[in-house]
This record gives sequence, structure tokens and C-alpha cells, in this order.
Amino acid sequence: MSADAAATQLRDVNALEAEPPVLGQWALFWRRFRRHKLALGSAIFLILLFIVAAGAPIFAPYNPNKTDLQLARFGRPAPPSWSHPMGSDNLGRDQLSRVIYGARVSLVVGFLATGVSIVVGTIFGAVAGYLGKWTDMAIMRVADVLLAFPPLLFLFAALSSFRPSITTIALLIAVISWMNVARLVRGEFLVLRAKEYTEAARAIGASAPSIIFRELLPNSLGPIIVAASLGIPATILTETTLSFLGFGIQPPTASWGNMLQGAFGEMRDYGAWWVGVFPGLMIALTVLTFNFLGDGLRDALDPRSRID
Amino acid sequence: MRDGSVIADIQSEDTPLLRVENLQTHFFGEGGVVRAVDDVTFDLRAGEVLGVVGESGSGKSVTALSVMRLIDSPPGRIIGGSITFDGDDVLSMTSNELRNLRGNQIAMIFQEPLTSLNPVFSIGDQIMEPLMLHQKLSSKEARDRATEMLARVGVPSPAERLKAYPHQLSGGMRQRAMIAMALSCNPKLLIADEPTTALDVSIQAQILELMKELQESYGSAMMFITHDLGVVNQMCDRVNVMYAGRIVEQGTTAQIFSSPKNPYTWGLFDCLPRIDEPQGIRLIPIAGQPPNLARPPSGCKFHPRCPYAFERCRVEEPPLFHISDGHTSRCWLYEGAADGARHRIEARRVGEIQTQPAPRTPILEVTDLRKHFPITRGVLQRTVGYVKAVDGISFTLHKGETLGLVGESGCGKSTAGRVVLRLLDPTSGSVMFHGQDLAKLDAKQLQDMRKRMQIIFQDPFSSLNPRRTVGSIVGQPIQLHKLAEGKEVGERVADILERVGLNPSHAGRYPHEFSGGQRQRIGIARAIAANPEFIVADEPVSALDVSIQAQIVNLLQDLQRDLGLSYIFIAHDLSVVRSVSDRVAVMYLGKIVEIGDNRGVYEDPLHPYTRALLSAVPSVGVDERGIGRSSRIVLQGDVPSPINPPSGCRFHTRCPYVFDTCRSVEPLLTELVPGHAVACHLYDSRYAGGAPDSAEPLRRRPPTVEAPAG
Repeated sequence: MSADAAATQLRDVNALEAEPPVLGQWALFWRRFRRHKLALGSAIFLILLFIVAAGAPIFAPYNPNKTDLQLARFGRPAPPSWSHPMGSDNLGRDQLSRVIYGARVSLVVGFLATGVSIVVGTIFGAVAGYLGKWTDMAIMRVADVLLAFPPLLFLFAALSSFRPSITTIALLIAVISWMNVARLVRGEFLVLRAKEYTEAARAIGASAPSIIFRELLPNSLGPIIVAASLGIPATILTETTLSFLGFGIQPPTASWGNMLQGAFGEMRDYGAWWVGVFPGLMIALTVLTFNFLGDGLRDALDPRSRID
Repeated sequence: MRDGSVIADIQSEDTPLLRVENLQTHFFGEGGVVRAVDDVTFDLRAGEVLGVVGESGSGKSVTALSVMRLIDSPPGRIIGGSITFDGDDVLSMTSNELRNLRGNQIAMIFQEPLTSLNPVFSIGDQIMEPLMLHQKLSSKEARDRATEMLARVGVPSPAERLKAYPHQLSGGMRQRAMIAMALSCNPKLLIADEPTTALDVSIQAQILELMKELQESYGSAMMFITHDLGVVNQMCDRVNVMYAGRIVEQGTTAQIFSSPKNPYTWGLFDCLPRIDEPQGIRLIPIAGQPPNLARPPSGCKFHPRCPYAFERCRVEEPPLFHISDGHTSRCWLYEGAADGARHRIEARRVGEIQTQPAPRTPILEVTDLRKHFPITRGVLQRTVGYVKAVDGISFTLHKGETLGLVGESGCGKSTAGRVVLRLLDPTSGSVMFHGQDLAKLDAKQLQDMRKRMQIIFQDPFSSLNPRRTVGSIVGQPIQLHKLAEGKEVGERVADILERVGLNPSHAGRYPHEFSGGQRQRIGIARAIAANPEFIVADEPVSALDVSIQAQIVNLLQDLQRDLGLSYIFIAHDLSVVRSVSDRVAVMYLGKIVEIGDNRGVYEDPLHPYTRALLSAVPSVGVDERGIGRSSRIVLQGDVPSPINPPSGCRFHTRCPYVFDTCRSVEPLLTELVPGHAVACHLYDSRYAGGAPDSAEPLRRRPPTVEAPAG
């Protein structure tokens, strides 16, 4: 058989193999994600929450810090009514407006802290996983030491010396949470570094940055995205805890955590359930929906979960 | 049912042990209904060995799982037909009856014993469990029986091995344990699904011999599923050839192997590299690839790949036509004519590739190359020993030639390939390439050198980054070495894709959109993109089906001829190496034990190890049937660990001709015949006197003086 004939035969083979285009990776991802109804609903809820929080001055019916002693007579919280759907607190501040402004705090802290910890964790994890040997040992031992710190005690100590602002709280939470991301990324890199396509990249003479950014990182993105979506609710809970205990966002700035601070007294003394229930409900809903979203992303990004 | 009228097979008076009629097992997925098994009918009589042969996706494993009712549901479901085992209707059995059926009446042996044995229970527990469950033996009786079974399958010191966990046994030993487990309840039917595919050829020979012997002494029937026609030839009485969920040819092994009557079966034989055929015979691949069973072609499922297809094949599916007693074929060529109105186009396999005896210019010279991996322990990573993966190998690669590197797993052949390319740094030794020692290049020089040497990997799935398009994968070496810029890169990529037989317009697609064979072509495209001079091909076809394998082998040979490439072709499959290599080096435990030209090594092997390997390859030749071939040398035991290799000659622990000198003195690679060197004391006049008489046939040559090997 001549070369031409061979080439013709190969082309014929191709003609046979012309299959209808297969779904791209993102189309495939979307098909799998869409089936996860709970995650889809959660994504919609969270998008709405973002819009409301971003446009707080538009959506909030009142100034969140404006007290109204007419409304809360003798420091007695006003119950929900048509003009104040979530009622007021003991200073007569509109609870709905405070919940909306509080969402800003939670979301900003959640995203900022998680964002910083993902970036820092990915860098350290990538360096440790790619270089291995002593670098790996050093980075992972530092991570182990930090993981051994009781996180809340560390935050209490740090926050009593700084003035707690949204940024400092977020950064301090990032300091104690990047290690998990670093471990995850390091593990991914160790696995991917042994893959034949990474070896192929070395065989064609690709440089270390090219291998990291073209071969390893894109293939670690799935787990990183999942870690982020599960890291945000954890961060929100930490911030809430800090604010509730008085170490976090300081009044009068509204945060879901500090709104809960006085709620127990009001509930006990006046039966004012609305003071605690609404912020608490928001915390629970936000954390829950982020977790559902994380589950959905994990299933949809896992290449092992095929649609068929 | 029309098929029924033409099936002549079911006429024997004795009721078969297993009767499968019109079985249909379909899988219901989002991509549509996959008709994995579609209207399969066959009988299996007591004591008979039935081979089920076909490529992956042909439905052979699904047929076996259906018989045991082990189809995962959803997505799978047996939607039609009947399965009768020993007079009982399997499809209407309750779960209690099924439990009795599985393990007790029908036992199964799987391909990979490491994953089919439970890692947290000892071998003994796992063999005893079915005995206590099905045979109601006490634990004492079960233990005795398990010990007896392990001894029966050739596991040394069985009483102690009962306490071993699966990971503590070698692959061959695990498969023996699996067989002991399967046979412990004395099943009437044994289903073996590719039982030796994961094993080395010398271990495969042991296991096949054992299975045949046990099958004969226990009288069980056996359903033997495999893709390897050579294994079928050795083991089976009758054969079902399956394609796309259907049986396309049925007959006795003699009928199928001496006069196959189906174009697909012909294709299987024609695309198979054969160990008894000289190099240069071009394989005839089956065009295209197996159909997607969610969208099967109309008419005969094979017609898009069939060179004999005519109009009728495209519209109407043929039934199984009667050929002769017990021999049927699903092909319109045989309609109404038992002898076949037309005949197979014969003799298409001709030696078209001529090996140029041309001037042999060495391009790569490897001298005393070693790679030792340190074994470290504890927190401080103390080095406690070395795995001597490659331990002093020397060879020369000439321009335009293929050097085959063969050996069993763990012999260091893949490591050798990677050290030559400096993907691993050598422990010592030199690799001279264009007057430079690759082992001593610094990072910058090495990066520049990379465009002149490349690698092709075994696994077409893990060798391509799933997040990059084909164009980006193939274009990267071109950009990296600045062989083209801007739009030219895309044009080069298109050229290369076309050259390896891919559609250039698919450059924007991702690897997962391609089949295994196509992905291997992408890997080859990446390797040739930077115009290398030599390529290390590490098991490039062993993950592929035979029909696809032949396509890739031919492609590699065409590229070699057109681009003047040199290959180091690493493989465990001796037949493939025979068909592609100009010269062959045989490795054992990090050493080359024999090296020479293709004809010399295959037709006149010198080293006892080479002789044993070659004789262990199951052949498809009609006169090579049966396991008891007198010429067969079955090596005992496993390959020893490369951490503490045996003293003297490393092969002495398994060598049938071993004598005292072998245990203490290491043999050197010595050129015995021009261009053919061997490392064995049998050929050394100083020592050969001590050799056993059995080695006499090997010592017919006049011993030559020691000379360095080429």
C-alpha cells in the first residue's frame, strides 16, 4: 500500500468517526449541576441575597441605625407590622433594614476571608506540591503548627489588640483558614504531577510556570471551587460568633451576629421572638444554601460523576 | 424468531448446562439506550470450555454478568430472552436462589485480582466465607478445605498463606487465590473474565496451564472471556465471536481458527501481530472503530467497517447462517450457501515495509546506564536501600531503526526509556546523542535538546490534559521551540493532525471527545510536532483493542518511513515487538540479557529467559492448539524483587538450566554471533562445562571470544 493510499484510508477512517459534537466541559458541568435541584435553588437564593445586600440603601425601608423611641416604648421591641415587617429592636431600629445591612457584613467577610485564604492556600499548596522535598516539608509543618492553634482563642487575642473592622476580621479569619486549602491543593498537585500529561509537558521542554499554570492548576480548579463554596459559610459562622460575643463588628453597625447579642434578653423579658428569629434565620439560610451549592458544585465538577 | 430457523447449533440431545436464548441486556442512560447485549443465543454443555472473544464494548462481559444476574440496575436491565442454568430459569430466581447460584453453582474469576479481593480480609477468610455460607462447613473444616485448595492451585506453604492479605501476594499468587476461591465450592460453571490480561506472559502461562488442568480434573464447564485469540486457541473447545452486542460467529475452536467464516473474524486475525511471522509484514487494521451502541448503524452492525459490505448489509441485518455442523456466521456472504459463495480475500498481509540494510549510523549510544531509586524510611527520610530499576544497560540506536525493548513488568524497561530521555536523572552512565552526553546537560541545554527527542505514552486517557484543546496540546511544542509563529502554528497543527489521521477541523475539541485510538493519535501528533529525531514509545498500543492497535502500529511505521524517525519501542507484548522492531533487547531485572536483530532473537533465541518468554506466548496457529505443547517452557515462580536482586546471574532462581557458576558469577553481555549478544554462562567456554545435560541443545555453537556488545 502506498503512502497515498494509506492516507486515503486514514481519511476514510475519519469520515466514519465523524460523530456529532460532544458536549463541552462547561456544558457538561451545567447539565450535571442543573439536575441538583437543591443546589440550583440555593444559587438563586444567594444571587437574590447579593442583589439585596449590594443595593441595601435602595432595598432597606429605613436607616438601619435610626432609633425610634416612639416605636419601641420603654425599650420594648415593636412586633412585626405592615410598616415594620420584621418588627424593631429595643431602640426602635427597623429589623428588616438591619438584616439587609447585616447581609453586607456577612457576605463581605465571607468572600474576602475565603478569597484571601484560597489565594494564599493555593500559592503555598502549589509551591509545596510542585517543588516537594524540603520546601514541601517546611510549608506543611508551618501549616500543621497553625492548625494546632485553637482558632477562636487566636481571634479573641488578635481582635482585642486591633480595632475590629470588617477587613481586619476577614484577614484574621483568612490567617487561620488557608492551611486547609494548601493541603488540598498540595494533594491535587502531587497526584497531577505524576500524570503522564505532566510528564509529556516536561518531555517537550515546558518550563515550571508553564507546567503549573497550564497542566496542574486548571485541573485542580474543581476542588478549589468546591473548597471556596464550603469555606464561605464557615467564615460567615465565625464572624457571627465573634460579633455575638462582642469581639466582632461593633454596634451600631448592624451584623447578624451582633443583632443576636441582645436578643436573648428581649426574648426572655418581652417575648420578643422576632428580635432573634429573623437574624438567626438569615444566618441559617445563608449557611445552608452555601453548603448545598458546594455539594452541587462538587458533584458537577467531579469528572467521575458521569451523566450516563 | 427468524434466527431460530437458521441456528443449527441447538440440536444435540443432551440438555446443555447453560442455555442462553435471545438475551437482551440494555443500559438506559441519558445518552439513550445502549444495547450492550442484543439477541444473544448460545449453549454451554457440562465440562465444556466456551471462549467468548471480542473487542471492548462487544458485550462479552455483560453477557457473563447477565448469566449471574449481576447487572447493575439502574441503569442496566435484562429486557428479553431467557437464561436456563441446569434446568432452572435464572431470570425468575428470587434473591435467595440467586445467592445459592452465585459462588456455589457459578463462580467468577475477574481480570484484576487486586480489586476483586477485599484488602481488609485475609486470603483465608475470603476463601472460607463461601464454604461456610454455601456448604455449611464449620470454620475448622472450611480452613482445612481452604488450605487444600491453595495447595491445589500451586500456592507454596498454603497454611501460612491463609493469613496473608491480598497486597502481600504477587499478581500471579493473587490470581491463584482467586481461582482457589472460585473453585472451592466446586461450581458447575466457572466464568473467567479476562483472567490473565493483567498478568505477565510467563505468569499468564502458569495460570492458563493451572486453569486448564483444574477444569479438566473438576469437570466444570467454563466460559472464558478474552480479547486474546491466542488464549482462546489454547483454552477453548468452542468459540463465540461477539461484535456490537451480537454473536457474529459461532463454532468449534478448530472451525474458527482454521476456516473462519465472518469478515469480522477475518479482520481480527489479519490485524493481529503474530509472533511466528517475520518483521515487515504489514498488519491490516479494521477500518474505523466499534459503533456507539446507543446509535448503532443500520443493517449489519459491522457494515461500516467491513470491506465486503454490499447494499443489503446496509439495510438488513443478517441472521446467523448455518455453515457446517456447529458453525454459524452472521453474514450475508453465507446466505444459502454452506460453503460460502464468496471467499475471503486472502494473502493481503505482505511484507511491504522493507527494512533498509542501509548504512547504520548510530544516533544514540547508551553506556552502562543505571537508575537506582532510594528507599527512604522514617521522618528523617533515611535511605535504607535502593530499587535497582535499571542496573547497567548499554545499547546503540541507529538512525531510522526501531529498537524493541521487551521484558515483564518490573524489569525496568519504562524506567530505562525515561532515563534515556532525562525525564529521570540517571544514577550513573552516559547517553551520547550528537556528541553530547544527555546525562550531563544543564537545564537550558536540555530544554533545547527536548525538541529532538520525544515520548509516546501508554495510556491514551491520562496522557492528555483534559482541560486543553487538541490544538493547544499539539501546538505547544511548536510554540515552545519557536518552530512557527502566529497563524503558522495553527497551520502546522492542522498538517500534523492530518498526518496522524485525524480531522484537522477537530483542533478545537477536547480530548474527552475522542475515542482511545484517536487519543493515542493525538499523543503521537504531540510527539512528532517538534520534528524529533528519536521517540521513546512506552507501550504505545497495549491499552488499545487489537483492531485499533494495528492502526496505530501502521501509523508509527508510516511516520518512521516518512520522517526518518528512530524508535525505542518499549512493550511487554512480544508479538507486537516482533512486528515493529529491527532489533530487540530483552530485559530482566534491570539488565539486558539478550540483544540482537529481530530475526536472530525471535528465531534463534539464546538466553533461557528469552526462550521461555517466546514459548509462553499463546499462538493463534492451528497446529499450536492446546496447552501441552512440548516446546513450551513454563517458568516457575515470580520475578524477584529488584531491591535485592539474586546474586550472580539474576535469572538463576527461575532458570531451568541453572548450575553452580550462575549463582556466584554475573554473566556479561557477549556477542556470540555478529549483531547478537547474550549474557549467559551456557555460552561461555570457561563455565559451560558445569551446565546440566538438559541444556545441551542450547550449547551447539562454538564459543566465541568475549567482545563488547553493539
